[in-house]
Amino acid sequence: MEHSDTATSAAHSTEAQGNGASTLTQVDRARRTDPAVLKDLLEKMLLVRRFEEKSAELYTLGKIGGFCHLYIGQEAVGVGAISTLSPDDYILCSYREHGHALVRGLDPGEIMAELCGKKSGVSKGKGGSMHLFDKTKGFMGGHGIVGGQIPLATGFAFASKYLKQHAVTLCFFGEAAVNIGSFHESLNLAALWKLPVVYICENNRFGMGTPVERASSLYDLSGKACAYNMARAYVDGMDVLAMRELVMEAVERARGDNAPMLIEARTYRFMGHSMSDPVHGHYRTKAEVEEQKRHDPIKMFTSTLETLGVINHDDVAELDKKVREIVEDAVAFSERSEEPDPMEIDTDVYTS
Amino acid sequence: MPVMTFLEAIRQGIWEEMERDPSVFLLGEDIGAYGGAFKVSAGMLEKFGEDRVIDTPISESAIVGAAVGAALAGMRPVAEMQFMDFITCGFDQIVNVAAKIHYRWGPAVPMVVRGPSGAGVHGGPYHSQSNEMWFVHTPGLKVVVPATAYDAKGLIKSSIRDDNPVIFFEHKLLYRRIKEDVPEEDYVVPLGKARIAREGTDIAVITYGAMVWTALEAAEALAKEGISLEVVDLRTLLPYDEQAVLESVRKCNKVILLHEDTRTGGMAGELAALIASQAFEDLDGPIVRVTSPDTPVPFSPPLEEFFLPNAQKVAEAARKLAAY
Ligand SMILES: Cc1ncc(C[n+]2csc(CCOP(=O)(O)OP(=O)(O)O)c2C)c(N)n1
Repeated sequence: MEHSDTATSAAHSTEAQGNGASTLTQVDRARRTDPAVLKDLLEKMLLVRRFEEKSAELYTLGKIGGFCHLYIGQEAVGVGAISTLSPDDYILCSYREHGHALVRGLDPGEIMAELCGKKSGVSKGKGGSMHLFDKTKGFMGGHGIVGGQIPLATGFAFASKYLKQHAVTLCFFGEAAVNIGSFHESLNLAALWKLPVVYICENNRFGMGTPVERASSLYDLSGKACAYNMARAYVDGMDVLAMRELVMEAVERARGDNAPMLIEARTYRFMGHSMSDPVHGHYRTKAEVEEQKRHDPIKMFTSTLETLGVINHDDVAELDKKVREIVEDAVAFSERSEEPDPMEIDTDVYTS
Repeated sequence: MPVMTFLEAIRQGIWEEMERDPSVFLLGEDIGAYGGAFKVSAGMLEKFGEDRVIDTPISESAIVGAAVGAALAGMRPVAEMQFMDFITCGFDQIVNVAAKIHYRWGPAVPMVVRGPSGAGVHGGPYHSQSNEMWFVHTPGLKVVVPATAYDAKGLIKSSIRDDNPVIFFEHKLLYRRIKEDVPEEDYVVPLGKARIAREGTDIAVITYGAMVWTALEAAEALAKEGISLEVVDLRTLLPYDEQAVLESVRKCNKVILLHEDTRTGGMAGELAALIASQAFEDLDGPIVRVTSPDTPVPFSPPLEEFFLPNAQKVAEAARKLAAY
């Protein structure tokens, strides 16, 4: 893995950077991880992948409308990171959040119903794909304005510190979001106020059709934390275990010392920006996408587990069958759900 | 005359202004290689080059602010918001900076902020708003909302040539649905002048943007029932054409104010106040509003359909008013 070009500025950066620049392989990490955990991580990644493939299918059939951003290719980031959380912790995401919601345990049927605009959806069909929420699971959305969730996450972290709840907030956003003001204002606040928040920048290389190098003057995105004297690291976002280990450290530090951190997870989006965009378009080549697919996080992890004998081919087939059934059930739930009643139009605008 | 979509008409208008005036340039997210989220700027990078078709990071505040600065220094920037909903992130630079510079210290701020607005594509609460009134309430700005392809071209050209900051709303539903004969030569449609989209005698329907088409559809249906609607297309909301509104009300003596924007604080309220104060004696019935309800735009297709005004709702209101 390449080394950072601004290695030394932040207070805690040396330690944190160890992971990003680490020479440990996924096999090394798998060896020291509980096999039950390993299987669970694989199952979750498969669930997300199959759910998203199904979403793409339903979109093409016209059952999902509007804008729909898929997580295919980035599963290791959300799965690895969220696996480190306790039930009381908070998660905030961008609009590319179906995967995070599934991993956090939101009901797949209610997520699918939301995508399809049904009454039984997590947001009663009023929000759609970009507006998934479940307060009971600390899943605080689903935000469609780029960077909009970053100040909000900072507020959650502030409240949990103030209320001495020892909760940690994970805040996910794309690499293009580091160029909007709310990111900078939030990181400064979090560092200044010492808040228990971990910002996870999912660098999938493109903000729609704009490559990161054409949008940010600093390519080493975690380096943005240096300006706020905040710990930072980058990590191979295709490696679910590297992701998990780094976030685990970050979460522990956030919980114990109220120290915020910025993590750049280097990943790749295998699909178009949203379902209304082509897979590659003019901004990247088909060959590039195919090359990146060789680092498919699920294939890589499956092969690691097979190599170590944690699972065999049949186990994988079984897991896949299991998650496919979950997805089919989710679709069936959504299909038999009612459309929202028009009389619902002016409910929910205010609390009573 | 070539047949053109609403979107192509806007593109041609901008294109011609760029050919005509080297100080015009474009900036926005994904407008270059990608051609814009809705492809309004497709082909422009190839024609005008990277110096004049500038891809920006996702930084609305800096996009708008840089446009203001460049305008003050003698350029004519046209900034694209990928969706008008995201203009919030550049709000301060528009309402506090661009709108008040001329008033504070005299210079002109010749710039345009343009982008897609409006619902009907199941975009949900953040990709569907009709947020024109945020700016109509800001003296110093001009606010333009075209309905036809002809006007879209003529109005974008006027907006670019205008020496004041103009906020230009393009209803995304019209982009590819409206196809019309549009002259290829240079023409402008003046800002601040309304247009009679259909002559009528019984009820004046004052509207703008995509709702002009809704009003025309209702007028067509009601003509068969013997109710004659006149449809006034405001075209510019700030400053708006008071005379055209009053003339139509004085002619028809009944009025429906129609917009896709939500009700409270919408343009209809302003128009109602104008009509009540200047044409009270001419009214033979209550001033009627047909608008969206005061809620965010719902995602679910049946809810969104219920939310939006349509020709049936306009016709229903018109029948009642005609019988008043
Ligand atoms: C403030 C704002 N500006 C623009 C957009 C339109 N938009 C939505 S997603 C996107 C690209 C974001 O890329 P990135 O942050 O890298 O996340 P990714 O989509 O790759 O997950 C843009 C420009 C928006 N939603 N909000």
